Amino acid sequence: MLLTLHKREEALGRGAPVVYLCALALSLCVCALMLALAGKPALGGLAVLFRGAFGQTHALLDALLKAIPIFLCSLGVALSFRMQIWNIGAEGQFALGAVGATWAALTFGGQPAVVLMPLMLLSALILGALWGLIPAWLRLRLGVNEIISSLMLNYVGILVLEYLVFGAWKDPLSFGFPMSPEFPPAAQLSRIWPGVLGKLHWGLLACPLAGVAYSVFLNRTRLGFELAACGEGERVARYARLPYGFLVLLVMGLGGALAGLAGSIETSATLGRLQPTLMVGYGYTAIVVAWLARLKPWPIAFTAFLLAALRVGVEAMQLELQIPAAFGQIMEGAILLCVLAGQFFLTYSVSLKRARPAAPKASPQPEEAQA
Amino acid sequence: MKKLLRSVGACALSLALGLTLVLTGCEKAAEKPAEKAAPAAEGPKTGELKVGFVYTSPVGDAGYSWAHDQGRMAIEALPDVKASIVEAVKEGADAERVIENMARSGYDLIFTTSFGFMDPTMKVAKDFPKVKFMHCSGFKAGENVSNYFGRIYQARYLTGMVAGSMTKSNIIGYVAAFPIPEVIRGINAFTLGARSVNPKAQVRVVWTKTWFDPALEKDAAISLLDVNADVIAQHQDSPGPQEAAQQRGKYSIGYNSDMAKFAPKAHLTSAVWNWAPLYEAIVKEVREGKWTGNRSIWWGMDKGIVDIAPFGPMVPKAVADKVLAKKAELVKGEDKIFVGPIKDQGGKIKIADGVKAEDKELLGMTWFVEGVVGSVQ
Repeated sequence: MLLTLHKREEALGRGAPVVYLCALALSLCVCALMLALAGKPALGGLAVLFRGAFGQTHALLDALLKAIPIFLCSLGVALSFRMQIWNIGAEGQFALGAVGATWAALTFGGQPAVVLMPLMLLSALILGALWGLIPAWLRLRLGVNEIISSLMLNYVGILVLEYLVFGAWKDPLSFGFPMSPEFPPAAQLSRIWPGVLGKLHWGLLACPLAGVAYSVFLNRTRLGFELAACGEGERVARYARLPYGFLVLLVMGLGGALAGLAGSIETSATLGRLQPTLMVGYGYTAIVVAWLARLKPWPIAFTAFLLAALRVGVEAMQLELQIPAAFGQIMEGAILLCVLAGQFFLTYSVSLKRARPAAPKASPQPEEAQA
Repeated sequence: MKKLLRSVGACALSLALGLTLVLTGCEKAAEKPAEKAAPAAEGPKTGELKVGFVYTSPVGDAGYSWAHDQGRMAIEALPDVKASIVEAVKEGADAERVIENMARSGYDLIFTTSFGFMDPTMKVAKDFPKVKFMHCSGFKAGENVSNYFGRIYQARYLTGMVAGSMTKSNIIGYVAAFPIPEVIRGINAFTLGARSVNPKAQVRVVWTKTWFDPALEKDAAISLLDVNADVIAQHQDSPGPQEAAQQRGKYSIGYNSDMAKFAPKAHLTSAVWNWAPLYEAIVKEVREGKWTGNRSIWWGMDKGIVDIAPFGPMVPKAVADKVLAKKAELVKGEDKIFVGPIKDQGGKIKIADGVKAEDKELLGMTWFVEGVVGSVQ
């Protein structure tokens, strides 16, 4: 018996949800097994995880809250991935967005919310976009690989943030601890409906707006079409006289602006001040989410929510079962691996073939490349 | 496939939102009266006492969270106490959620053990007036929040005396986390201790801007060894600097717990935490209904919450005796560490002759004493 792989003529359509469900089920089995190995109740543990992530209102709200920055950053990087520009710099752009919003909040603190909020958003968008444009410009002018430059600018961005909160913006009332003064109330995004929707704030509104804009831009505009065409490769694009350079600047600028927006929302709504602890790696999570969701807006929203829910649920597991925090990361890794492996079956099929008697000692999984 | 995914996504999201709205309605009705039932002050707590701990780093095997966890285990040994933890909690928005979930899950007493948990603790405390909160190392308090810490600087002073006696190059390296008062105070006390026995000693500081990053901490220690430091002290949570010192055949001074096992040939002593007495006292207060908010608890060596680890075999008896004599003073409650004249790095007198710095000054300390090489940035 031999396992053979065939590339599907057409990517799996209707069967896709089945594949995803199987992948999820498999990953949960792995998690249950690990729980059992650690001497914890396997099924009970998964039940706690599920209840902690989806079973209670506040858990759902918490997950939704946590999904906001991931979604916005993810949309930003997905845009550039569409044209095969590898923007790994959402983390730094997020930091710069937070810096921009803080600058506006501290400089125009006396203004009413109607003036202050737009100023904060605007400066966050501009700084985020500028941070995204640097690697784009370096690539176009000097041929610098944007993966490296955008990644390295993440560290620079975080250092800029730290420089400010350890220095010029340090709160005189903070006993020397690294944090900006608390924003005036007008600079803090308010909660939508505190009694009912908990900590959910108006920043949520940015998500559907950005999502719709993303879809319309890609599907309904000429630039969006050109962007997709550029995804075939730089030489093709230049041959077809597409504005390649302009598009690179555009996607990196927009991606940076989206990450910057996420940064400003996080500072303004959840912390109410600038602090180094703002940076928890949403910019990197965003890249995983964008790929899992295959760069499509609804799946990005869904995946961002699921991943956020998983992280919230794992905290409940930690508290109830007293498992180490690393366990949560292992589970997240198991789930991501299974789903990514599952995506393989969307484009390939596996079939069993009876071994030919004369076949030489074959490895268990020979790959038969078929177009 | 695109369509399918889209519809699946749409369904799931609307389901989630719908569920959210429905469930909120139900829960509201159930939650409200219970929360408002009793004001902050109430009688003795009988039955099971649920105590929660929030740590910013993993418990690990020797660091800051590990030390707190030893204290947690001490109170869990008490009758009818359940003490749980959530570790590796980021100090931003995540912290607020974790603390809130603890309060919601019926925990009576919650210890948040890192400075960055201060604002989240205050926010959650407002929404859960019946739950008692203890925040470690901060400066805010409220009706149902008290803060607490230990005078680890006393132990630092003693370890500084050991370092000052043992150094031959008169350069002592200090791997430090963040330039915040807690750390600066420790470096100052350490330096004062070192120079009390060796006026030529200088303490070189390197900031890592992290509490826990074993590789980075080790690298920082190596950079200090490279400039001829022959004793390495640390305000970090991993034993990385200890290992670096041992590899170079130099001495080291640990922090948080007795770090001798990580570098037996280098380890002179450690400044260690012993949280159990404080945690047991707080649990007792809650049991007896005597706990109150709005307090700042700052215990020292006299209460046994900070100490130094046993000396390594390389520490001469004369040095050990001198340090132990000073320790005996501190155990009796005679804390003269920050008594003037104390000069800053520029030689300016910051604490006048014979004056003892007040706690408020110590808690907000942002300048280095004379003898420290490095900046508070």
